[in-house]
Amino acid sequence: MSVNQQAHTGLPYGQPQPGYQGYQQSGYGGQQMPGVHHSQYGAYNGPLPGYQQPAPPQGTLRAPPTSGAPLPTSGAPVPAGQPVYSQFGQGDVQNGIATSAVQMQRPSASQPFIPGTAPTPVSQPATFQQYGPPPTSAQQLTNHMAGMQIGSSTSAPPPAGLGYGPPTSVPPTSGSFTATGSGLYTSYSSSQGPPPVTMTHGLPPTSLSQGLSLAQPAFSGPPLSAQRLPQAPGFVPPPCSTGIGPSSYPPTTGAPRPSTMQGSQLPGQALTGLPTSQPNHVSSPPPHPSMSGPAMTGLQGPPPPTHPSQSGYQMQQNGSFGQVRGPQPNYGGAYPGTPNYGSQPAPPPPPKRLDPDSIPSPIQVIEDDRNNRGSEPFITGVRGQVPPLVTTNFLVKDQGNASPRYIRCTSYNIPCTSDMAKQSQVPLAAVIKPLAMLPTDETPPYLVDHGEPGPIRCNRCKAYMCPFMQFIEGGRRFQCCFCSCVTEVPPHYFQHLDHTGKRVDFYDRPELSLGSYEFLATVSYCKNNKFPNPPAFIFMIDVSYNAVKSGLVRLICEELKSLLDYMPREGNMEESAIRVGFVTYNKVLHFYNVKSSLAQPQMMVVSDVADMFVPLLDGFLVNVNESRTVIVSLLDQIPEMFADTRETETVFAPVIQAGMEALKAAECAGKLFIFHTSLPIAEAPGKLKNRDDRKLINTDKEKTLFQPQTSFYSNLAKDCVAQGCCVDLFLFPNQYLDVATLGVVPYQTGGTIYKYAYFQLETDQERFLNDLRKDVQKEVGFDAVMRVRTSTGIRATDFFGAFYMSNTTDVELAGLDCDKTITVEFRHDDKLSEDSGALLQCALLYTNCAGQRRLRIHNLSLNCCTQLADLYRNCETDTLINFLAKFAYRGVLNNPVKTVRDTLINQCAQILACYRKNCASPSSAGQLILPECMKLLPVYLNCVLKSDVLQPGAEVTTDDRAYIRQLVSSMDVAETNVFFYPRLLPLTKVDVDSDTLPAAIRNSEERLSKGDMYLLENGLNIFVWVGVNVQQGLIQNLFGVSSFNHISSTLNTLPVLENPFSKRVRSIIDMFQAQRSRYMKLIIVKQEDKLEMLFKHFLVEDKSMSGGASYVDFLCHMHKEIRQLLS
Amino acid sequence: MNMCHIGCPFFQNLEDSMATYLEFIQQNEERDGVRFSWNVWPSSRLEATRMVVPLACLLTPLKERLDLPPVQYEPVLCSRQTCKAVLNPLCQVDYRAKLWACNFCFQRNQFPPAYAGISEINQPAELMPQFSTIEYIVQRGSPTPLIFLYVVDTCLEEEDLQALKESLQMSLSLLPPEALVGLITFGRMVQVHELSCEGISKSYVFRGTKDLTAKQIQDMLGLTRPVVPVQQGRPLQPQEQPPISSRFLQPIHKIDMNLTDLLGELQRDPWPVTQGKRPLRSTGVALSIAVGLLEGTFPNTGARIMLFTGGPPTQGPGMVVGDELKTPIRSWHDIEKDNARFMKKATKHYEILANRTAANGHCIDIYACALDQTGLLEMKCCANLTGGHMVMGDSFNTSLFKQTFQRVFSKDFNGEFRMAFGATLEVKTSRELKISGAIGPCVSLNAKGPCVSENELGIGGTCQWKICSLDPSSTLAIYFEVVNQHNAPIPQGGRGAAQFVTQYQHSSTQRRIRVTTIARNWADAQSQLQHIEAAFDQEAAAVLMARLGVYRAESEEGPDVLRWLDRQLIRLCQKFGQYNKDDPNSFRLSDSFSLYPQFMFHLRRSPFLQVFNNSPDESSYYRHHFARQDLTQSLIMIQPILYSYSFSGPPEPVLLDSSSILADRILLMDTFFQIVIYLGETIAQWQKAGYQDMPEYENFKHLLQAPLDDAQEILQTRFPMPRYINTEHGGSQARFLLSKVNPSQTHNNLYAWGQESGSPILTDDVSLQVFMDHLKKLAVSSAS
Repeated sequence: MSVNQQAHTGLPYGQPQPGYQGYQQSGYGGQQMPGVHHSQYGAYNGPLPGYQQPAPPQGTLRAPPTSGAPLPTSGAPVPAGQPVYSQFGQGDVQNGIATSAVQMQRPSASQPFIPGTAPTPVSQPATFQQYGPPPTSAQQLTNHMAGMQIGSSTSAPPPAGLGYGPPTSVPPTSGSFTATGSGLYTSYSSSQGPPPVTMTHGLPPTSLSQGLSLAQPAFSGPPLSAQRLPQAPGFVPPPCSTGIGPSSYPPTTGAPRPSTMQGSQLPGQALTGLPTSQPNHVSSPPPHPSMSGPAMTGLQGPPPPTHPSQSGYQMQQNGSFGQVRGPQPNYGGAYPGTPNYGSQPAPPPPPKRLDPDSIPSPIQVIEDDRNNRGSEPFITGVRGQVPPLVTTNFLVKDQGNASPRYIRCTSYNIPCTSDMAKQSQVPLAAVIKPLAMLPTDETPPYLVDHGEPGPIRCNRCKAYMCPFMQFIEGGRRFQCCFCSCVTEVPPHYFQHLDHTGKRVDFYDRPELSLGSYEFLATVSYCKNNKFPNPPAFIFMIDVSYNAVKSGLVRLICEELKSLLDYMPREGNMEESAIRVGFVTYNKVLHFYNVKSSLAQPQMMVVSDVADMFVPLLDGFLVNVNESRTVIVSLLDQIPEMFADTRETETVFAPVIQAGMEALKAAECAGKLFIFHTSLPIAEAPGKLKNRDDRKLINTDKEKTLFQPQTSFYSNLAKDCVAQGCCVDLFLFPNQYLDVATLGVVPYQTGGTIYKYAYFQLETDQERFLNDLRKDVQKEVGFDAVMRVRTSTGIRATDFFGAFYMSNTTDVELAGLDCDKTITVEFRHDDKLSEDSGALLQCALLYTNCAGQRRLRIHNLSLNCCTQLADLYRNCETDTLINFLAKFAYRGVLNNPVKTVRDTLINQCAQILACYRKNCASPSSAGQLILPECMKLLPVYLNCVLKSDVLQPGAEVTTDDRAYIRQLVSSMDVAETNVFFYPRLLPLTKVDVDSDTLPAAIRNSEERLSKGDMYLLENGLNIFVWVGVNVQQGLIQNLFGVSSFNHISSTLNTLPVLENPFSKRVRSIIDMFQAQRSRYMKLIIVKQEDKLEMLFKHFLVEDKSMSGGASYVDFLCHMHKEIRQLLS
Repeated sequence: MNMCHIGCPFFQNLEDSMATYLEFIQQNEERDGVRFSWNVWPSSRLEATRMVVPLACLLTPLKERLDLPPVQYEPVLCSRQTCKAVLNPLCQVDYRAKLWACNFCFQRNQFPPAYAGISEINQPAELMPQFSTIEYIVQRGSPTPLIFLYVVDTCLEEEDLQALKESLQMSLSLLPPEALVGLITFGRMVQVHELSCEGISKSYVFRGTKDLTAKQIQDMLGLTRPVVPVQQGRPLQPQEQPPISSRFLQPIHKIDMNLTDLLGELQRDPWPVTQGKRPLRSTGVALSIAVGLLEGTFPNTGARIMLFTGGPPTQGPGMVVGDELKTPIRSWHDIEKDNARFMKKATKHYEILANRTAANGHCIDIYACALDQTGLLEMKCCANLTGGHMVMGDSFNTSLFKQTFQRVFSKDFNGEFRMAFGATLEVKTSRELKISGAIGPCVSLNAKGPCVSENELGIGGTCQWKICSLDPSSTLAIYFEVVNQHNAPIPQGGRGAAQFVTQYQHSSTQRRIRVTTIARNWADAQSQLQHIEAAFDQEAAAVLMARLGVYRAESEEGPDVLRWLDRQLIRLCQKFGQYNKDDPNSFRLSDSFSLYPQFMFHLRRSPFLQVFNNSPDESSYYRHHFARQDLTQSLIMIQPILYSYSFSGPPEPVLLDSSSILADRILLMDTFFQIVIYLGETIAQWQKAGYQDMPEYENFKHLLQAPLDDAQEILQTRFPMPRYINTEHGGSQARFLLSKVNPSQTHNNLYAWGQESGSPILTDDVSLQVFMDHLKKLAVSSAS
């Protein structure tokens, strides 16, 4: 069946579907392990022919680097390796294999599923099959099996077991563990090191067992079984990783693996092996066999010190999680610091300190996911698949569900009932980035034009036509997948169904076969029933004394001259349709007439700031090319005109009003770029006073610091939104300027705030200009309304992000750019069914940069479960953290920060406790068991708790906090991930000849070596930390100075030096810069220099200066909380 | 005593001839710019009131005097604080004691030291009889340049705007080079242009819908100096900053090019005007800003705000009509029906502005060119109270506007602009006389004094008025009251005197003071009525009464005013007519009164009192000019002049009567506002036949040409330039003529009168003959 259909997939839309092809490529690289399994795959490939072999080249390209390490390890496979890749190129299959081979810690299972999935879901079958990569025969079988299980699995755990039966990786792993457990540390070492592999498979959750290693063996028995149960279901989706791995590879089943693996891995394994292993056991040092919890990797940690009461140990352990470094082994290779596992005795007596290496490591999880899932395209055809981590580089093939680049959910398996949801406390939320930029090798959403009648929609709920709609009665009607209402198919849209009940034109219509697509909106979707005019950009420049003196005004004007040529344009248009206008202001506003017919620009001063209006219509908003000479003349003159200004006061609200009025007068939507320097104290509406007061911190009034000091701006924002006027604010404060208030309008209009405190031309120019360029150039939609429709049973109840809402369902965005994210929380208002799952449809109506009104639709189908274990197995911690952070950051507006923090901790404790209670195998109360998918929850949560908003350090200003608060509110998952847990790379480990990055290390000072240099990025800043003992040669190479002491800490760029090391480091930095929506500030930190304090702030696993707990301490604290909940 | 008896000789020979009185009147007018209604004054209050026509005069303060070189010193004033009259030829002087007695208050004053050398043969000019009018140049204060602030409507048709721009650019070359100019443009918004900037042209923009206080305007224009904190040890250096106002008002010689370019680039108001709408025109705010700008920067300096508008204000304060075209602008009908929604509010707005402007000594000109009304009714006070010009035309692209505007900047024989600014007129009278008020382009300064009457006529209650802008023809009517009691006879030969002191800023920016002192004999009305009668100036009286009537018409119902005028006329006839009671046929008026009823007849029909057939704007326009022109022009306005051209002789003035309209005549009518050339039926036919082009009929050609030349002459000198109408018998424009002539022949009486003469007028108006018949009847009636 699949074969035939696949043929269709090949060329559904006329275009070669670059997307599909593309995906495969990128994915491949990642797979290191593949080598090993090649032989197997080889077989698969055969069958796969169906797939195009588009990207072999790419595959190879990427592959080499990553694979390198692993290959050798595998030995035999190595040789095969290269050739193999080529084969891989062909199919998704390969990827699948690869992943499996690697063993997905995560849901990576995707691949195997793909094939399998098809069969499972009742409704889906058809679609899935088609999409499904033509799984190879062999795989297919297995896959199918898996798929089957899925369906069933949800209902009952056992089935999984059955399905996987053979694979039963679980048992094996567990077995191994137990063995190891008993074997004591030695065993661990073995298991963990290499075994990681096994570990991963077997145990989704990592369990931290407290000191009781010895005791555990005993447990092992029972736990295993217990755990299995949960696993079974788990396998289906993500967990599959564990299950599948084994399943697919019969050989590798159970116990055997570990041993084999170890052998091979030892050499190179650090990367490959470790990662996998870690996830599971993270903490697991003490190997308690029990922990092996095949079921879930448990973090076995000593009971948090906090609980003295608990067990004897605890007291001792307090400081640290007892588990010594059993785990280290994994890293072993990587970190010099950490010796080895085996040696680490972890003798029976519980160690006093919890070894940091024994607790779940974000680095490891990220690496593992990257290795496991990076090489295969993520095919969205299957319902409820958990996508790879945001840190993993993967391709997406849209086969009916929106790409995770558009939507990510906290969980891909939703509890069927609200009781379950409440019990678990896991928030159900989707982080939606409707206009996300896709990598160049993925196809942007197709545009569907239904002409005059407009998009086809459900009569009742108005949902848009999507792949989940069911056509009935021979195609004459369709039943809505959201509300079940039956709607006539309009004659022009009628199409016959084939024997499977699918429309014959299925592949010709993106809205029937893809998860994301766009409709061309008809006039009835437009304001006032008129097609919109092309949008406009208005540049509004503060020309008060500070701005002029700092050189800012001149800088902006110079930059604008060239920047105006790079405004976003639609598709292949020759020039941007966007018109531009210019305003300068201090206490009064100056508008400029830059009509092309003028010899000189004309300046129009409006000093009636109390009652702002636009003084001109014609000539204010102009086409850049037509008015170029006048514009250039204007930009030349502005700095001169105000060169001698003495005006220090500024207004702010009238500036926004002016821009808004201008857009209103021009009857278009648009964006204001406001460059502002100071607290607006001039007499005008929206005048502010300095109310900064650090004494409020940690009081009940602290929240006022986050609230706007007047409601004026909220009302203004409302007006702006009504006009489609988006405000981007560039701030250059030298002192407090009340970001909390000034930010209201940008925030509610979907705009962005950039802040450059103490702006200095020399140091901040590049950062500002890059931000400005990016901001001007980036894709943006205007006058947008977003609505999220859901299956009956759940409802979008809460929204987070930069937007305005006038009712409870519609998110209104004056502007929405490709970096903006909206987070939607769902709650049950009824029951969901496992069979039909839960569907989301996010519809965004917007005006694109050419003035075309469009509807962008993203569809996503999720599974539903009646077993909590399914929920826990399909969660995405990064998304969860993203949501929790946004939730907390909004909470500080109305609650004392302490309350917010406690709420956060409490909720997470409940989540974990619920898991522990309902899903984890019975074990000692002193054991901390974390769900596999959430094992990083504590560390990330701690980062959120320690963030500037929730726990400000002494050097953090009120404005910074307000700024961060707003910033985070519209961050996507990738951004929050790196923001809360910065990426730290050892520069000295950089391989100058390769494109690969050195392995990241954990954010802890003890991981830094005096002899090394490190690079840390969090999305806002990049630090280059230089140890005191770094080789002079490196210093010379990187900084061009002879010694450590000569390095200037005021550098804001690295000197351009012609040596491989310098080039490589700079290219890494450039690469990072390109990845982020903002240009990061580069700060050079010398060890033991005063700036180091700042740097240390970002070493988030350590105790922070402001009182934030270290990771280890926090984990103990969490454990205590959980135990309290459980008892 | 060396009393100087001006006009004495004539008085002595009073009876000898009327001619002498006419000469006397004319001489006085030429020398002093003064015409009194009565040139011999009834000596008591009672008698004066019985004269019907009040004792009053028309004063042309700056009458051009070729023979009057100003003296370069300051006038000598009476030392009595309440008097302060200026030393004049009527004063008694004791040359030995170096004393002079004030002829108004009889205070004896020491001559100032500079007059030490004074003697009977060495008299200062102000003591010489021929200097009853004298002008002093005062060297006080630093001269401030004249200021011209253009306020330009941009809601014009392209063609109009272009024409206006050209006129404005042209005017720059006519301005004195040191003059400061400013530019405000308005449409939907109001823009105040900064003229000093290089490269980029800069303007301040105001919303056209929002009334701003002067303070706000000045704040927004940045005219209020920021409060500079006084720093110790650093003395303030005011020189550091150029006067802030310089941004908006610049010497013409500096920014000539700039402004020319700016005007050249002026665009039509860019805001879209949808179908069926009027453009949004913020005249009210524009004026308000102009006033506020000058108020803040150059108070009490000569300045002209020149408003050029092409339509009615349609938004904001001062709006006169909404922007819906389907709602027409108010008509007299609407006003009577109290249906003019915006009129009161708008009028109030402009009145407030006008008063502020006047208080600052600035003036507002209104140049309104549009086919429809532009709101002159509401805005009239701006020009009326400040002495500004009001010009009404159909389009800026007409010679009427272009030449009129050009004439604003005409120069006198000395090469000086015919304009003066910021004048105050003070009137002093001898004890028997008090001042009732004035009518003209002035506002009261509220200067109470012993010579101020409680009975107000016109703008009263003061002896000082401010006239913000003057030209040589600006004429005020000043009304007096004789307060001498009947039982306190004036000694024989006693004379009443009045002194007019006009202080003003000459166009050369000098401060000047012109002093006119006149005296008239008193006469006992009972015994010497014939003297008084003979000294009646019926022309002046007609104009003075007309001014009163028009002044009343502004605030009273039209019919009431007419009734009042009629009653006055009847009373006058009763008083001075010779008749037998109840015998209308016996009624006679002496020569000095004979024309007066006729003036009244035409006045009643004039657009100053009749609103029929005139829009409210037109009425305002006509009244504006009537209230400021000198006697001659005023008379023309009341009773247009009609000249007849024929082969039978040189052009002759003919009766303004339908009987003058003859087929073989060419008529030239001058109504002040219009010049009409009317070809009689036959002449028109000849012209059509082209006789004038035939050499043998060259005389016909000359005949055709003669009225054209004469008309040109009038057109050349008049301000504002009249509408020039060339029409013929049966032409549609002939209505201008037909509506003015006395309808002695109408369709009603066509056959009652002689056949061939004249042409009938289709009207129900009464003719002069009927009017006179009624007048006679009423005058002789014993019933009244």
